[in-house]
Amino acid sequence: MENLLQQIVNGLVVGSVYALVALGYTMVYGILGLINFAHGDVLMVGALVALQVATLLHKFWPGLHPLLILAISLGVAIPVCMLLGYVMERTAYRRLRNAPRLAPLITAIGVSFLLQTVAMIIWGRNYHSFPPLFPTIPLEPFPGVFITPVQVTILVASATLMVALIMLVNRTPLGRAMRATAENHRVASLMGVDTNKIISTTFILGSGLAAVAGVMHASNYGVAHYSMGFLPGLKAFTAAVLGGIGNLGGAMVGGIVLGLVETIGAGYIEQLSFGLLNSSYQDIFAFVILGIVLIFRPTGLLGERVSDRA
Amino acid sequence: MPTEQSAPILELQDVRIRYGQIEAVKGISLQLHRGELVCLIGANGAGKTSTLNAIAGTLPIASGELRYQGQSITTQPAHLRVRQGVALVPEGRGIFTRLTVEENLRMGAYTRHEKQAVEADLERVYSMLPRVKERLAQVAGTLSGGEQQMVAIGRALLSRPKLLLLDEPSMGLAPLIVEKIFEVVQTVVKEGVTILLVEQNANLALEFAQRGYVMDGGLITITGSGDELLRDPRVRSAYLGETEETP
Repeated sequence: MENLLQQIVNGLVVGSVYALVALGYTMVYGILGLINFAHGDVLMVGALVALQVATLLHKFWPGLHPLLILAISLGVAIPVCMLLGYVMERTAYRRLRNAPRLAPLITAIGVSFLLQTVAMIIWGRNYHSFPPLFPTIPLEPFPGVFITPVQVTILVASATLMVALIMLVNRTPLGRAMRATAENHRVASLMGVDTNKIISTTFILGSGLAAVAGVMHASNYGVAHYSMGFLPGLKAFTAAVLGGIGNLGGAMVGGIVLGLVETIGAGYIEQLSFGLLNSSYQDIFAFVILGIVLIFRPTGLLGERVSDRA
Repeated sequence: MPTEQSAPILELQDVRIRYGQIEAVKGISLQLHRGELVCLIGANGAGKTSTLNAIAGTLPIASGELRYQGQSITTQPAHLRVRQGVALVPEGRGIFTRLTVEENLRMGAYTRHEKQAVEADLERVYSMLPRVKERLAQVAGTLSGGEQQMVAIGRALLSRPKLLLLDEPSMGLAPLIVEKIFEVVQTVVKEGVTILLVEQNANLALEFAQRGYVMDGGLITITGSGDELLRDPRVRSAYLGETEETP
Protein backbone atom coordinates (compact mmCIF):
# COMPACT_ATOMS: atom_id res chain seq x y z
CA MET A 1 0.00 0.00 0.00
CA GLU A 2 2.77 2.44 0.91
CA ASN A 3 4.45 1.37 -2.25
CA LEU A 4 1.41 2.33 -4.33
CA LEU A 5 0.98 5.65 -2.52
CA GLN A 6 4.65 6.38 -3.09
CA GLN A 7 4.29 5.62 -6.78
CA ILE A 8 1.29 7.92 -6.98
CA VAL A 9 3.26 10.76 -5.42
CA ASN A 10 6.14 10.20 -7.81
CA GLY A 11 3.73 9.88 -10.71
CA LEU A 12 2.06 13.18 -9.91
CA VAL A 13 5.43 14.90 -9.80
CA VAL A 14 6.66 13.46 -13.07
CA GLY A 15 3.22 13.98 -14.60
CA SER A 16 3.06 17.64 -13.75
CA VAL A 17 6.38 18.21 -15.50
CA TYR A 18 5.00 16.38 -18.55
CA ALA A 19 1.86 18.48 -18.32
CA LEU A 20 3.81 21.76 -18.40
CA VAL A 21 5.69 20.65 -21.48
CA ALA A 22 2.56 19.19 -23.08
CA LEU A 23 0.87 22.59 -22.76
CA GLY A 24 3.52 24.08 -25.04
CA TYR A 25 2.99 21.37 -27.65
CA THR A 26 -0.74 21.68 -27.54
CA MET A 27 -0.86 25.50 -27.64
CA VAL A 28 1.32 25.63 -30.72
CA TYR A 29 -0.62 22.81 -32.34
CA GLY A 30 -3.91 24.53 -31.55
CA ILE A 31 -2.86 27.74 -33.25
CA LEU A 32 -0.69 26.52 -36.13
CA GLY A 33 -1.46 22.82 -36.55
CA LEU A 34 2.28 22.26 -36.07
CA ILE A 35 3.94 19.66 -33.85
CA ASN A 36 6.97 21.58 -32.65
CA PHE A 37 9.32 18.68 -32.09
CA ALA A 38 12.01 21.07 -30.87
CA HIS A 39 9.87 21.92 -27.85
CA GLY A 40 11.51 19.25 -25.67
CA ASP A 41 14.88 20.80 -26.38
CA VAL A 42 13.67 24.13 -25.06
CA LEU A 43 13.29 22.29 -21.76
CA MET A 44 16.91 21.19 -22.06
CA VAL A 45 18.10 24.73 -22.78
CA GLY A 46 16.15 25.94 -19.76
CA ALA A 47 17.79 23.38 -17.51
CA LEU A 48 21.32 23.98 -18.79
CA VAL A 49 21.05 27.77 -18.69
CA ALA A 50 19.77 27.54 -15.12
CA LEU A 51 22.62 25.18 -14.27
CA GLN A 52 25.13 27.57 -15.81
CA VAL A 53 23.75 30.49 -13.83
CA ALA A 54 23.69 28.46 -10.61
CA THR A 55 27.29 27.35 -11.17
CA LEU A 56 28.44 30.93 -11.74
CA LEU A 57 26.60 32.12 -8.66
CA HIS A 58 28.22 29.36 -6.60
CA LYS A 59 31.60 30.41 -7.86
CA PHE A 60 31.31 34.16 -7.38
CA TRP A 61 28.94 34.40 -4.44
CA PRO A 62 29.60 31.32 -2.37
CA GLY A 63 27.14 31.00 0.46
CA LEU A 64 24.28 32.61 -1.41
CA HIS A 65 20.98 31.16 -0.24
CA PRO A 66 19.98 28.20 -2.46
CA LEU A 67 16.46 29.51 -2.94
CA LEU A 68 17.87 32.82 -4.15
CA ILE A 69 20.09 30.90 -6.55
CA LEU A 70 17.03 29.04 -7.78
CA ALA A 71 15.10 32.27 -8.27
CA ILE A 72 17.93 33.92 -10.20
CA SER A 73 18.55 30.82 -12.32
CA LEU A 74 14.89 30.64 -13.23
CA GLY A 75 14.84 34.39 -13.77
CA VAL A 76 17.51 33.94 -16.44
CA ALA A 77 16.39 30.60 -17.90
CA ILE A 78 12.78 31.64 -18.49
CA PRO A 79 13.50 34.76 -20.58
CA VAL A 80 16.27 32.95 -22.48
CA CYS A 81 13.84 30.18 -23.44
CA MET A 82 11.12 32.68 -24.28
CA LEU A 83 13.51 34.43 -26.61
CA LEU A 84 14.51 31.07 -28.06
CA GLY A 85 10.85 30.21 -28.71
CA TYR A 86 10.29 33.56 -30.37
CA VAL A 87 13.36 33.26 -32.58
CA MET A 88 12.47 29.67 -33.49
CA GLU A 89 9.06 30.69 -34.78
CA ARG A 90 10.25 33.87 -36.42
CA THR A 91 13.13 32.34 -38.33
CA ALA A 92 12.18 28.71 -38.92
CA TYR A 93 8.41 28.28 -38.88
CA ARG A 94 6.92 31.56 -40.00
CA ARG A 95 8.14 31.36 -43.55
CA LEU A 96 6.66 27.85 -43.77
CA ARG A 97 3.26 28.98 -42.55
CA ASN A 98 1.57 28.15 -45.86
CA ALA A 99 3.83 25.28 -46.87
CA PRO A 100 2.60 21.67 -46.93
CA ARG A 101 2.44 20.30 -43.39
CA LEU A 102 5.39 17.99 -43.78
CA ALA A 103 7.82 20.88 -44.34
CA PRO A 104 7.41 22.56 -40.93
CA LEU A 105 7.37 19.16 -39.23
CA ILE A 106 10.73 18.20 -40.72
CA THR A 107 12.01 21.69 -39.95
CA ALA A 108 11.01 21.19 -36.32
CA ILE A 109 13.07 18.01 -36.16
CA GLY A 110 15.95 19.95 -37.71
CA VAL A 111 15.61 22.70 -35.11
CA SER A 112 15.69 20.00 -32.44
CA PHE A 113 18.99 18.62 -33.78
CA LEU A 114 20.36 22.12 -34.06
CA LEU A 115 19.55 22.97 -30.45
CA GLN A 116 21.02 19.71 -29.18
CA THR A 117 24.19 20.15 -31.17
CA VAL A 118 24.69 23.74 -30.10
CA ALA A 119 24.07 22.73 -26.49
CA MET A 120 26.59 19.92 -26.86
CA ILE A 121 29.16 22.36 -28.19
CA ILE A 122 28.55 24.79 -25.33
CA TRP A 123 28.13 22.39 -22.42
CA GLY A 124 29.86 19.28 -23.66
CA ARG A 125 28.62 15.73 -23.87
CA ASN A 126 28.85 14.92 -20.19
CA TYR A 127 26.12 14.60 -17.67
CA HIS A 128 26.27 17.55 -15.29
CA SER A 129 25.02 17.12 -11.79
CA PHE A 130 22.35 19.65 -11.07
CA PRO A 131 23.01 21.26 -7.68
CA PRO A 132 20.44 20.57 -4.98
CA LEU A 133 18.80 23.96 -4.55
CA PHE A 134 16.39 22.73 -1.92
CA PRO A 135 16.79 21.15 1.48
CA THR A 136 17.20 17.49 0.70
CA ILE A 137 15.58 15.92 3.74
CA PRO A 138 12.45 14.22 2.48
CA LEU A 139 9.15 14.76 4.21
CA GLU A 140 7.07 11.81 5.29
CA PRO A 141 3.40 12.84 5.09
CA PHE A 142 2.23 9.23 5.58
CA PRO A 143 4.29 6.54 7.22
CA GLY A 144 6.47 4.97 4.57
CA VAL A 145 5.62 7.56 1.89
CA PHE A 146 8.31 10.12 1.14
CA ILE A 147 8.20 13.35 -0.76
CA THR A 148 11.12 15.71 -1.17
CA PRO A 149 10.79 19.49 -0.90
CA VAL A 150 11.76 19.63 -4.58
CA GLN A 151 8.77 17.48 -5.43
CA VAL A 152 6.43 19.55 -3.30
CA THR A 153 7.66 22.66 -5.08
CA ILE A 154 7.19 21.03 -8.47
CA LEU A 155 3.60 20.11 -7.64
CA VAL A 156 2.71 23.54 -6.28
CA ALA A 157 4.50 25.50 -8.99
CA SER A 158 3.08 23.53 -11.87
CA ALA A 159 -0.44 23.64 -10.47
CA THR A 160 -0.12 27.42 -10.10
CA LEU A 161 1.22 27.86 -13.62
CA MET A 162 -1.51 25.72 -15.09
CA VAL A 163 -4.27 27.64 -13.32
CA ALA A 164 -2.66 30.91 -14.42
CA LEU A 165 -2.51 29.74 -18.02
CA ILE A 166 -6.14 28.59 -18.02
CA MET A 167 -7.18 31.97 -16.61
CA LEU A 168 -5.11 33.78 -19.20
CA VAL A 169 -6.58 31.82 -22.09
CA ASN A 170 -10.18 31.81 -20.92
CA ARG A 171 -10.56 35.12 -19.14
CA THR A 172 -8.43 37.77 -20.81
CA PRO A 173 -8.68 39.62 -24.13
CA LEU A 174 -5.29 38.16 -25.09
CA GLY A 175 -6.57 34.64 -24.42
CA ARG A 176 -9.71 35.36 -26.39
CA ALA A 177 -7.60 36.55 -29.30
CA MET A 178 -5.50 33.39 -29.02
CA ARG A 179 -8.58 31.19 -29.18
CA ALA A 180 -10.01 33.23 -32.05
CA THR A 181 -6.74 32.96 -33.96
CA ALA A 182 -6.58 29.23 -33.27
CA GLU A 183 -9.97 28.84 -34.87
CA ASN A 184 -9.55 31.14 -37.86
CA HIS A 185 -6.50 33.29 -38.59
CA ARG A 186 -8.18 35.23 -41.36
CA VAL A 187 -11.29 36.20 -39.43
CA ALA A 188 -9.19 37.01 -36.36
CA SER A 189 -7.21 39.47 -38.47
CA LEU A 190 -10.51 40.99 -39.61
CA MET A 191 -11.17 41.73 -35.93
CA GLY A 192 -7.93 43.68 -35.78
CA VAL A 193 -5.86 40.90 -34.25
CA ASP A 194 -2.23 40.89 -35.33
CA THR A 195 -2.12 37.13 -35.73
CA ASN A 196 1.66 37.04 -36.10
CA LYS A 197 1.96 38.63 -32.69
CA ILE A 198 -0.47 36.11 -31.22
CA ILE A 199 1.50 33.22 -32.68
CA SER A 200 4.74 34.67 -31.30
CA THR A 201 3.08 35.05 -27.92
CA THR A 202 2.02 31.41 -28.02
CA PHE A 203 5.57 30.26 -28.65
CA ILE A 204 6.87 32.57 -25.94
CA LEU A 205 4.39 31.30 -23.35
CA GLY A 206 5.00 27.66 -24.22
CA SER A 207 8.76 28.12 -24.07
CA GLY A 208 8.56 29.85 -20.70
CA LEU A 209 6.64 26.87 -19.34
CA ALA A 210 9.22 24.52 -20.84
CA ALA A 211 12.01 26.43 -19.11
CA VAL A 212 10.32 25.96 -15.76
CA ALA A 213 9.73 22.30 -16.55
CA GLY A 214 13.40 21.91 -17.47
CA VAL A 215 14.58 23.25 -14.13
CA MET A 216 12.04 21.04 -12.36
CA HIS A 217 13.09 17.98 -14.30
CA ALA A 218 16.78 18.58 -13.65
CA SER A 219 16.18 19.31 -9.95
CA ASN A 220 14.08 16.18 -9.58
CA TYR A 221 16.68 13.87 -11.13
CA GLY A 222 19.75 15.89 -10.18
CA VAL A 223 21.28 15.78 -13.67
CA ALA A 224 21.29 17.84 -16.85
CA HIS A 225 22.82 17.20 -20.26
CA TYR A 226 22.43 18.20 -23.88
CA SER A 227 19.99 15.47 -24.88
CA MET A 228 17.89 15.48 -21.74
CA GLY A 229 15.01 17.15 -23.58
CA PHE A 230 14.41 14.34 -26.02
CA LEU A 231 12.61 11.82 -23.85
CA PRO A 232 10.50 14.20 -21.75
CA GLY A 233 9.67 16.02 -24.99
CA LEU A 234 8.46 12.85 -26.63
CA LYS A 235 6.51 11.87 -23.54
CA ALA A 236 4.94 15.29 -23.22
CA PHE A 237 3.94 15.00 -26.86
CA THR A 238 2.37 11.65 -25.95
CA ALA A 239 0.59 13.35 -23.07
CA ALA A 240 -0.75 16.04 -25.38
CA VAL A 241 -2.05 13.43 -27.81
CA LEU A 242 -3.48 11.39 -24.96
CA GLY A 243 -5.41 14.38 -23.67
CA GLY A 244 -6.45 15.49 -27.15
CA ILE A 245 -3.97 17.66 -28.99
CA GLY A 246 -4.98 21.30 -29.17
CA ASN A 247 -6.87 21.05 -25.91
CA LEU A 248 -5.31 22.77 -22.87
CA GLY A 249 -7.22 20.80 -20.26
CA GLY A 250 -6.35 17.67 -22.19
CA ALA A 251 -2.62 18.40 -22.00
CA MET A 252 -2.83 18.69 -18.23
CA VAL A 253 -4.91 15.57 -17.78
CA GLY A 254 -2.77 13.70 -20.31
CA GLY A 255 0.44 14.71 -18.52
CA ILE A 256 -0.78 13.64 -15.10
CA VAL A 257 -2.28 10.37 -16.38
CA LEU A 258 0.89 9.54 -18.27
CA GLY A 259 3.06 10.28 -15.24
CA LEU A 260 0.90 8.07 -13.04
CA VAL A 261 0.73 5.19 -15.50
CA GLU A 262 4.44 5.33 -16.04
CA THR A 263 5.54 5.33 -12.40
CA ILE A 264 2.90 2.91 -11.19
CA GLY A 265 3.66 0.70 -14.17
CA ALA A 266 7.37 0.86 -13.43
CA GLY A 267 6.64 -0.14 -9.84
CA TYR A 268 4.79 -3.25 -10.89
CA ILE A 269 6.35 -4.10 -14.23
CA GLU A 270 8.35 -6.98 -12.74
CA GLN A 271 5.25 -8.66 -11.39
CA LEU A 272 3.30 -7.85 -14.57
CA SER A 273 5.91 -9.40 -16.83
CA PHE A 274 6.72 -12.33 -14.51
CA GLY A 275 10.20 -11.04 -13.89
CA LEU A 276 11.04 -10.63 -17.56
CA LEU A 277 11.25 -6.83 -17.46
CA ASN A 278 12.37 -4.49 -14.69
CA SER A 279 11.68 -0.86 -13.91
CA SER A 280 14.30 0.40 -16.34
CA TYR A 281 11.74 -0.44 -19.00
CA GLN A 282 9.36 2.20 -17.69
CA ASP A 283 9.57 4.23 -20.91
CA ILE A 284 7.60 1.47 -22.62
CA PHE A 285 4.40 2.72 -21.06
CA ALA A 286 4.39 6.12 -22.70
CA PHE A 287 4.77 4.69 -26.15
CA VAL A 288 2.34 1.85 -25.64
CA ILE A 289 -0.19 4.48 -24.59
CA LEU A 290 0.66 6.62 -27.62
CA GLY A 291 0.05 3.65 -29.88
CA ILE A 292 -3.21 2.70 -28.23
CA VAL A 293 -4.55 6.27 -28.28
CA LEU A 294 -3.63 6.79 -31.92
CA ILE A 295 -5.29 3.52 -32.91
CA PHE A 296 -8.46 3.66 -30.84
CA ARG A 297 -9.06 7.28 -29.96
CA PRO A 298 -6.97 9.62 -32.11
CA THR A 299 -8.85 12.64 -30.78
CA GLY A 300 -7.59 11.86 -27.27
CA LEU A 301 -9.39 11.73 -23.97
CA LEU A 302 -10.82 15.25 -24.17
CA GLY A 303 -10.40 15.76 -27.89
CA GLU A 304 -14.02 16.43 -28.64
CA ARG A 305 -14.54 18.92 -25.89
CA VAL A 306 -13.24 21.77 -27.90
CA SER A 307 -14.65 24.81 -26.13
CA ASP A 308 -11.43 25.53 -24.26
CA ARG A 309 -8.99 24.97 -27.06
CA ALA A 310 -6.25 27.47 -27.61
CA MET B 1 -13.35 69.74 -58.81
CA PRO B 2 -14.39 67.43 -56.00
CA THR B 3 -14.69 69.19 -52.69
CA GLU B 4 -13.40 67.71 -49.45
CA GLN B 5 -16.89 66.48 -48.56
CA SER B 6 -17.57 64.66 -51.75
CA ALA B 7 -14.18 62.95 -51.77
CA PRO B 8 -14.86 59.23 -51.83
CA ILE B 9 -14.35 57.26 -48.63
CA LEU B 10 -13.22 54.31 -50.71
CA GLU B 11 -11.72 54.24 -54.14
CA LEU B 12 -10.50 51.30 -56.19
CA GLN B 13 -8.34 52.08 -59.20
CA ASP B 14 -7.77 49.40 -61.80
CA VAL B 15 -7.55 46.66 -59.17
CA ARG B 16 -6.48 43.22 -60.31
CA ILE B 17 -6.51 40.09 -58.18
CA ARG B 18 -4.83 36.83 -59.09
CA TYR B 19 -4.93 33.34 -57.69
CA GLY B 20 -1.82 31.83 -59.16
CA GLN B 21 -2.27 31.98 -62.91
CA ILE B 22 -5.96 32.73 -62.74
CA GLU B 23 -7.04 36.34 -62.76
CA ALA B 24 -10.21 36.66 -60.69
CA VAL B 25 -10.53 40.42 -60.90
CA LYS B 26 -9.30 41.99 -64.11
CA GLY B 27 -8.92 45.67 -63.38
CA ILE B 28 -11.91 47.26 -61.71
CA SER B 29 -12.43 50.80 -60.50
CA LEU B 30 -15.17 51.91 -58.19
CA GLN B 31 -15.94 54.64 -55.68
CA LEU B 32 -17.99 54.84 -52.52
CA HIS B 33 -19.06 58.08 -50.94
CA ARG B 34 -19.65 58.64 -47.29
CA GLY B 35 -23.01 57.34 -46.10
CA GLU B 36 -23.85 55.47 -49.28
CA LEU B 37 -25.24 51.98 -49.51
CA VAL B 38 -23.79 50.50 -52.66
CA CYS B 39 -24.26 46.97 -53.86
CA LEU B 40 -22.10 44.74 -55.95
CA ILE B 41 -24.02 42.07 -57.80
CA GLY B 42 -23.08 39.36 -60.22
CA ALA B 43 -22.98 35.65 -60.78
CA ASN B 44 -20.87 33.17 -58.85
CA GLY B 45 -17.20 33.57 -59.63
CA ALA B 46 -17.59 37.11 -60.92
CA GLY B 47 -14.98 38.32 -58.41
CA LYS B 48 -17.27 39.99 -55.87
CA THR B 49 -15.96 38.21 -52.79
CA SER B 50 -12.36 38.64 -53.93
CA THR B 51 -12.99 42.35 -54.25
CA LEU B 52 -14.38 42.61 -50.73
CA ASN B 53 -11.51 40.57 -49.30
CA ALA B 54 -9.02 42.81 -51.06
CA ILE B 55 -10.66 45.89 -49.55
CA ALA B 56 -10.60 44.34 -46.09
CA GLY B 57 -6.97 43.35 -46.59
CA THR B 58 -7.10 39.58 -46.32
CA LEU B 59 -6.31 39.14 -50.02
CA PRO B 60 -3.39 40.91 -51.68
CA ILE B 61 -3.99 42.67 -54.97
CA ALA B 62 -1.76 42.03 -57.96
CA SER B 63 -1.87 45.60 -59.23
CA GLY B 64 -3.88 48.79 -58.95
CA GLU B 65 -4.60 50.91 -55.94
CA LEU B 66 -6.93 50.98 -52.96
CA ARG B 67 -7.57 54.34 -51.36
CA TYR B 68 -9.49 54.76 -48.13
CA GLN B 69 -10.26 58.23 -46.77
CA GLY B 70 -7.83 59.65 -49.27
CA GLN B 71 -4.91 57.44 -48.16
CA SER B 72 -3.49 54.49 -50.03
CA ILE B 73 -4.10 51.30 -48.08
CA THR B 74 -2.93 48.98 -50.84
CA THR B 75 -0.24 47.31 -48.77
CA GLN B 76 -1.69 47.78 -45.30
CA PRO B 77 -2.39 44.51 -43.46
CA ALA B 78 -5.97 43.65 -42.55
CA HIS B 79 -5.61 44.11 -38.80
CA LEU B 80 -4.55 47.72 -39.27
CA ARG B 81 -7.40 48.52 -41.65
CA VAL B 82 -9.88 47.54 -38.93
CA ARG B 83 -8.41 50.22 -36.71
CA GLN B 84 -9.14 52.77 -39.40
CA GLY B 85 -12.77 51.73 -39.61
CA VAL B 86 -12.98 49.06 -42.30
CA ALA B 87 -15.00 46.03 -41.22
CA LEU B 88 -15.90 42.96 -43.24
CA VAL B 89 -18.66 40.49 -42.47
CA PRO B 90 -17.15 37.61 -44.42
CA GLU B 91 -18.86 35.16 -46.69
CA GLY B 92 -20.12 32.25 -44.61
CA ARG B 93 -20.18 34.56 -41.56
CA GLY B 94 -16.81 33.58 -40.10
CA ILE B 95 -18.17 33.01 -36.63
CA PHE B 96 -15.73 31.71 -34.02
CA THR B 97 -17.73 28.58 -33.35
CA ARG B 98 -15.82 27.61 -30.21
CA LEU B 99 -16.17 31.00 -28.55
CA THR B 100 -19.37 32.07 -26.86
CA VAL B 101 -21.69 34.57 -28.50
CA GLU B 102 -20.53 37.27 -26.12
CA GLU B 103 -16.87 36.48 -26.78
CA ASN B 104 -17.55 36.69 -30.52
CA LEU B 105 -19.08 40.12 -30.09
CA ARG B 106 -16.24 41.29 -27.88
CA MET B 107 -13.74 40.16 -30.50
CA GLY B 108 -15.33 42.81 -32.69
CA ALA B 109 -14.21 45.43 -30.19
CA TYR B 110 -10.69 43.97 -29.97
CA THR B 111 -8.99 47.12 -31.16
CA ARG B 112 -10.96 49.43 -28.88
CA HIS B 113 -9.94 50.34 -25.38
CA GLU B 114 -12.65 52.75 -24.24
CA LYS B 115 -14.42 50.33 -21.94
CA GLN B 116 -17.60 52.29 -21.36
CA ALA B 117 -18.18 53.02 -25.02
CA VAL B 118 -17.72 49.33 -25.83
CA GLU B 119 -20.25 48.31 -23.18
CA ALA B 120 -22.69 50.89 -24.54
CA ASP B 121 -22.19 49.59 -28.07
CA LEU B 122 -22.76 46.04 -26.83
CA GLU B 123 -26.09 47.13 -25.38
CA ARG B 124 -26.97 48.82 -28.64
CA VAL B 125 -26.23 45.63 -30.58
CA TYR B 126 -28.36 43.66 -28.13
CA SER B 127 -31.26 46.03 -28.63
CA MET B 128 -30.90 45.77 -32.40
CA LEU B 129 -30.63 41.98 -32.28
CA PRO B 130 -32.73 40.78 -29.34
CA ARG B 131 -32.34 37.15 -30.36
CA VAL B 132 -28.61 37.43 -29.84
CA LYS B 133 -28.99 38.68 -26.31
CA GLU B 134 -30.80 35.54 -25.24
CA ARG B 135 -27.83 33.43 -26.27
CA LEU B 136 -24.81 35.32 -24.97
CA ALA B 137 -23.29 32.48 -22.95
CA GLN B 138 -23.91 29.89 -25.65
CA VAL B 139 -21.05 28.56 -27.77
CA ALA B 140 -21.59 30.30 -31.11
CA GLY B 141 -21.27 27.09 -33.13
CA THR B 142 -24.62 25.96 -31.74
CA LEU B 143 -26.51 28.95 -33.19
CA SER B 144 -28.71 28.73 -36.27
CA GLY B 145 -27.48 30.26 -39.50
CA GLY B 146 -29.61 33.36 -39.08
CA GLU B 147 -28.42 33.92 -35.54
CA GLN B 148 -24.83 33.46 -36.62
CA GLN B 149 -25.29 36.05 -39.34
CA MET B 150 -26.66 38.48 -36.78
CA VAL B 151 -23.73 37.83 -34.47
CA ALA B 152 -21.36 38.38 -37.39
CA ILE B 153 -22.98 41.73 -38.20
CA GLY B 154 -23.14 42.74 -34.54
CA ARG B 155 -19.48 41.82 -34.15
CA ALA B 156 -18.52 43.98 -37.13
CA LEU B 157 -20.52 46.91 -35.73
CA LEU B 158 -18.63 46.68 -32.44
CA SER B 159 -15.49 47.85 -34.21
CA ARG B 160 -17.38 51.11 -34.91
CA PRO B 161 -16.82 50.85 -38.66
CA LYS B 162 -16.94 53.77 -41.03
CA LEU B 163 -17.03 51.38 -43.97
CA LEU B 164 -18.89 48.12 -43.59
CA LEU B 165 -18.42 45.38 -46.16
CA LEU B 166 -21.13 42.74 -46.21
CA ASP B 167 -20.56 39.54 -48.13
CA GLU B 168 -23.84 37.80 -48.96
CA PRO B 169 -25.61 38.35 -45.65
CA SER B 170 -28.76 36.67 -46.97
CA MET B 171 -27.09 33.47 -48.08
CA GLY B 172 -29.01 30.37 -47.06
CA LEU B 173 -31.37 32.20 -44.73
CA ALA B 174 -35.15 32.16 -44.47
CA PRO B 175 -36.96 35.21 -45.92
CA LEU B 176 -38.11 36.45 -42.52
CA ILE B 177 -34.56 36.49 -41.19
CA VAL B 178 -33.28 38.14 -44.36
CA GLU B 179 -35.86 40.86 -43.83
CA LYS B 180 -34.66 41.36 -40.26
CA ILE B 181 -31.06 41.55 -41.39
CA PHE B 182 -31.85 44.16 -44.00
CA GLU B 183 -33.69 46.19 -41.38
CA VAL B 184 -30.46 46.23 -39.38
CA VAL B 185 -28.50 47.19 -42.48
CA GLN B 186 -30.81 50.15 -43.04
CA THR B 187 -30.47 51.27 -39.44
CA VAL B 188 -26.71 51.18 -39.83
CA VAL B 189 -26.81 53.23 -43.03
CA LYS B 190 -29.01 55.81 -41.33
CA GLU B 191 -26.31 56.21 -38.70
CA GLY B 192 -23.94 57.31 -41.43
CA VAL B 193 -21.95 54.13 -42.00
CA THR B 194 -20.96 53.54 -45.61
CA ILE B 195 -21.86 50.06 -46.81
CA LEU B 196 -20.65 47.96 -49.69
CA LEU B 197 -22.99 45.01 -50.05
CA VAL B 198 -22.30 41.92 -52.09
CA GLU B 199 -25.45 39.97 -52.90
CA GLN B 200 -26.61 37.16 -55.09
CA ASN B 201 -30.13 38.21 -54.35
CA ALA B 202 -29.92 41.16 -56.72
CA ASN B 203 -33.56 42.13 -56.41
CA LEU B 204 -33.26 42.60 -52.71
CA ALA B 205 -29.92 44.38 -52.89
CA LEU B 206 -31.01 46.84 -55.58
CA GLU B 207 -34.18 47.65 -53.70
CA PHE B 208 -32.16 48.96 -50.77
CA ALA B 209 -29.05 50.29 -52.46
CA GLN B 210 -28.61 53.80 -53.79
CA ARG B 211 -26.18 52.61 -56.41
CA GLY B 212 -24.96 49.35 -57.75
CA TYR B 213 -22.17 47.80 -59.74
CA VAL B 214 -22.64 44.65 -61.78
CA MET B 215 -19.61 42.37 -62.02
CA ASP B 216 -19.14 39.75 -64.66
CA GLY B 217 -16.02 37.68 -65.29
CA GLY B 218 -13.83 39.88 -63.11
CA LEU B 219 -14.95 43.16 -64.65
CA ILE B 220 -17.52 45.78 -63.80
CA THR B 221 -19.89 45.68 -66.73
CA ILE B 222 -22.81 47.90 -65.71
CA THR B 223 -23.22 50.60 -63.12
CA GLY B 224 -26.00 52.93 -62.14
CA SER B 225 -28.51 53.82 -59.46
CA GLY B 226 -30.50 51.07 -57.81
CA ASP B 227 -33.60 51.94 -59.80
CA GLU B 228 -31.75 52.15 -63.09
CA LEU B 229 -30.26 48.74 -62.58
CA LEU B 230 -33.60 47.30 -61.53
CA ARG B 231 -35.03 48.51 -64.83
CA ASP B 232 -32.04 47.60 -66.97
CA PRO B 233 -33.07 44.75 -69.27
CA ARG B 234 -29.56 43.19 -69.17
CA VAL B 235 -29.67 43.10 -65.38
CA ARG B 236 -33.21 41.84 -65.39
CA SER B 237 -32.47 38.95 -67.66
CA ALA B 238 -29.12 37.97 -66.17
CA TYR B 239 -29.54 38.56 -62.45
CA LEU B 240 -33.19 39.04 -61.61
CA GLY B 241 -34.29 35.68 -62.87
CA GLU B 242 -36.46 37.00 -65.69
CA THR B 243 -36.60 35.19 -68.95
CA GLU B 244 -36.22 37.37 -71.98
CA GLU B 245 -39.57 37.82 -73.60
CA THR B 246 -40.08 39.09 -77.06
CA PRO B 247 -42.61 41.89 -76.99
